[in-house]
Amino acid sequence: MSRVLITGISSRWGGPLAQALERDPSVEALVGIDTHDPRHELQRTEFVRVDTQPALIRRILVAAGIDTVIDTRLVTDPLLLALQRAREVNVEGTGGILEACGGQSSPVRKLVFKSSAQWYGSEAGDPAFFTEEDVRSRPPRAAIERDLVEAEQAIDAFAARNPHTTVTVLRFATEIGGQPEGSQAALLGRPLVAGMLGFDPRCQFIHDDDVIGVLRHAARTDLPGIYNAAADGVLTLSEVAALLGKPLLPLLPPWGADLALAQLRRVGVAVPLEMLRELRFGRGLDNRRLKASGYVYRYTSREAVLKLRAQQRLRPLLGSGSVEYRYEREVEDFLRWSPAVHAARERQETGQPDGYDELSADEVLSLVGTLEPQAAERLRRYEASGRGRQPILDALDRRLRAVQR
Amino acid sequence: MADETQPVEFRRHLPARPADLREQLPGLEPERTVTDWGRSERVETFVDRLVYDFLYRYWFRVEVEGIENLPSEGGALLLANHAGAVPPDGAMIAKAIREEHPRARTLHVLTARALSGVPGIGMLQTKLGRIAPHPANLHRLLFDETQLVLAFPEGASATAKPFKERYRLRAFDSPGLIEVALSARVPLIPVAVLGAEEAVPVLARVGGFRQLHRVPSVPVAAPLPLPAKFRIRFLEPIDTAPMAIASSDDPGLVARLSDDIRALIQENLLELVAERRSPWLG
Repeated sequence: MSRVLITGISSRWGGPLAQALERDPSVEALVGIDTHDPRHELQRTEFVRVDTQPALIRRILVAAGIDTVIDTRLVTDPLLLALQRAREVNVEGTGGILEACGGQSSPVRKLVFKSSAQWYGSEAGDPAFFTEEDVRSRPPRAAIERDLVEAEQAIDAFAARNPHTTVTVLRFATEIGGQPEGSQAALLGRPLVAGMLGFDPRCQFIHDDDVIGVLRHAARTDLPGIYNAAADGVLTLSEVAALLGKPLLPLLPPWGADLALAQLRRVGVAVPLEMLRELRFGRGLDNRRLKASGYVYRYTSREAVLKLRAQQRLRPLLGSGSVEYRYEREVEDFLRWSPAVHAARERQETGQPDGYDELSADEVLSLVGTLEPQAAERLRRYEASGRGRQPILDALDRRLRAVQR
Repeated sequence: MADETQPVEFRRHLPARPADLREQLPGLEPERTVTDWGRSERVETFVDRLVYDFLYRYWFRVEVEGIENLPSEGGALLLANHAGAVPPDGAMIAKAIREEHPRARTLHVLTARALSGVPGIGMLQTKLGRIAPHPANLHRLLFDETQLVLAFPEGASATAKPFKERYRLRAFDSPGLIEVALSARVPLIPVAVLGAEEAVPVLARVGGFRQLHRVPSVPVAAPLPLPAKFRIRFLEPIDTAPMAIASSDDPGLVARLSDDIRALIQENLLELVAERRSPWLG
C-alpha cells in the first residue's frame, strides 16, 4: 500500500481513517474526496471536493497515481439522509466510483468497499451466525437494504471485469462509539431502549476504533472477497439495555408495528422501518474469516457497549468534547504550505524532549510501554541522533510496531 | 440452507472458506450470563427451579438408562422420539443430562421452525437454549463448539399425531440432520423416551391460524401435564467417522442410516412399553 484515496472523507469513518493512515509511513500519498468539508483535522491528507463523477475522479486517480481506493461513503443508516439522496450516494455514487476505478489504464490495484451486515437481512429462518457464503433469505424490503444489495451487485460485476484489482467487501455490524448520530442515537441514546413486545433480538456491534482498524487492515493486507466485520460476542437487546443502565420498553407491538412507528415518532422515538425486522429477529455474524486473516479486535461487543455507556454518562459533564473542528480552505492551505509552519514543526520534531537526558536507561525503558506513537517516534529520532543506546532503540521499535498494529 | 433467491454470483469470487476456524471462536466473557446464541443462564435457572425440577423429580419421576453412552466431551447429535401437544421431552432429556451425567453437560435442542417467529414463545425458547433448525446452526454447534445437540428427526408431524398412534414413530422428516452430523464427524446417539405421549396427549387440533405467523394448527391438550412415568433410554452411540468418508460415493447411506436409527428407537420404545405395568406408576 502506498498511494491511497479515501472516498467519503467527511464521514464518520473517512476522517479518522485518514488520520490513522497519516501516521503510517508506508502511505506515500493520501487523497480524500467528498462533497462536504472534512469534519476531522487532517495533516497531510489532500482534500478534493468532488462528487462521484467518474471522469473527474478518474483524473484524480491517474494524476496522483492512486493504487488503493477505500470507499467509506456508503450510507447504511436510514436516519442520516433522505432515502432519495441515500440512493444517489449508494447506488449511483458506487457506480461512479467503480467506473472511475475500472478498466485497463486504471492505476487502481485495490478497492476496499465498506458495506453493511444489513445486506443479509433478518428473517425467522436465518442462521444464527451469517457467514460470508450465506445469501439473503428474502429480497430486501426496505430502501437502504435494496441500495446495499444493488451496490454490492455492482461491486461484484466490477470484480469480475477487473481481475487485476483486489476487491474487498467488508460487511460491518452496527457501528457504535464516536459521536452518536442517526439510528444509534435514536435507539440507544434515549433514556429508554425501545424494543418489540415478545422479542429479544440478538445484536452484534463493532466499535468505531475497530471499524478504522479493519479498514486499515484491509488496505494493508490483500483480502480478496467478502469479510464480515463484527466484534466478538452477540448480545441480546435486553443485555444491551442493562449494560447501558436503561430500561428496555417494548413499545412496538408485534403486529401492525408499521402503524405504531408513526405514533412513536410523534413522541420522539424514531425507529426506522429498516430496524423492524432486526428488532424482531436480530442478527449474528460469523466474524472468524477476518480474524483468521490476522485482524485482532480491540473491543468485544460488550466492551463496545460499555464504552458507549461511559461516553453517554460523561457527555452531560464534558459537553461534546473539544472545540468543534471547522474546515477552512485558506487556513488549511497555510498550515500545509507555509514555510513558517514547516520550520516550526521540524524544530519541534527534532527538539530535545524535556528532562529526557536526566533519565537513566532503565527509567526510559520502563516508560516506553506507555508512549503514544508520535511520542515514541520522536524519542526514537532523538535517541538515534544522540546517544543511540541500542536497548532503548529496540524497545522503542517494539513499541512502535505494537501501536502500529 | 437459505433460499437461493438472491444473486449467487458472489460466491464466484469468494476464496474457499478455511475448513477449520475453530481457533477463531470468540472467547468466553465471564461477566455475561447470556451466550452468543441468546441462551440466558438466569432465565434457564429460573424456569428450572420453578417448573422443570418439580416435573423431573416428582411429577414425571424420570428414570434414566444408559447415561454412560453420552460422551463427556466432544460434539454429539442426539436423536429422540417426540410426542405431546406441548412436548416436555426435550426439557426432560436436558434435565436428565444435567442431573445424571458426571460432566453435567448442557444440551442444545433444535426446535421446529414454526414457533421461532411467534412473539414471546420464540423469545423464551431462545433463552432456554432452543436453536432454530438451520443446518449452519447445527454444524456450528456440533463441529465448532463441540456441543451436545438434541433433535427430533420426526419433525413437526410427531406432535400432531393422535393419541391412538402413540409410540409409533413417524417417518424421519428432517432432511440434513444426519448429513450435518456426518460432515461434522460427531457420533449419533439415539434416545428413546417413554411417557411423553401420556403426559400431554393431543386431544384435538384447531386449525386456521396459518395466517398468523405460519403456525399450522394449535393442539388442544389438558391444561396441566398428566403425571405419567418417564423413562429415558440413551442408546449406544453410532460412530459416523467411517461413514463420513463412504457417504460421498454412497447416496443411499444416509437414508439407510436414518431408517436404522428409526427402527432402533422404535424397538426400544416397544420394549419399554412392554416392560411397564402402568403408564402412571411405571
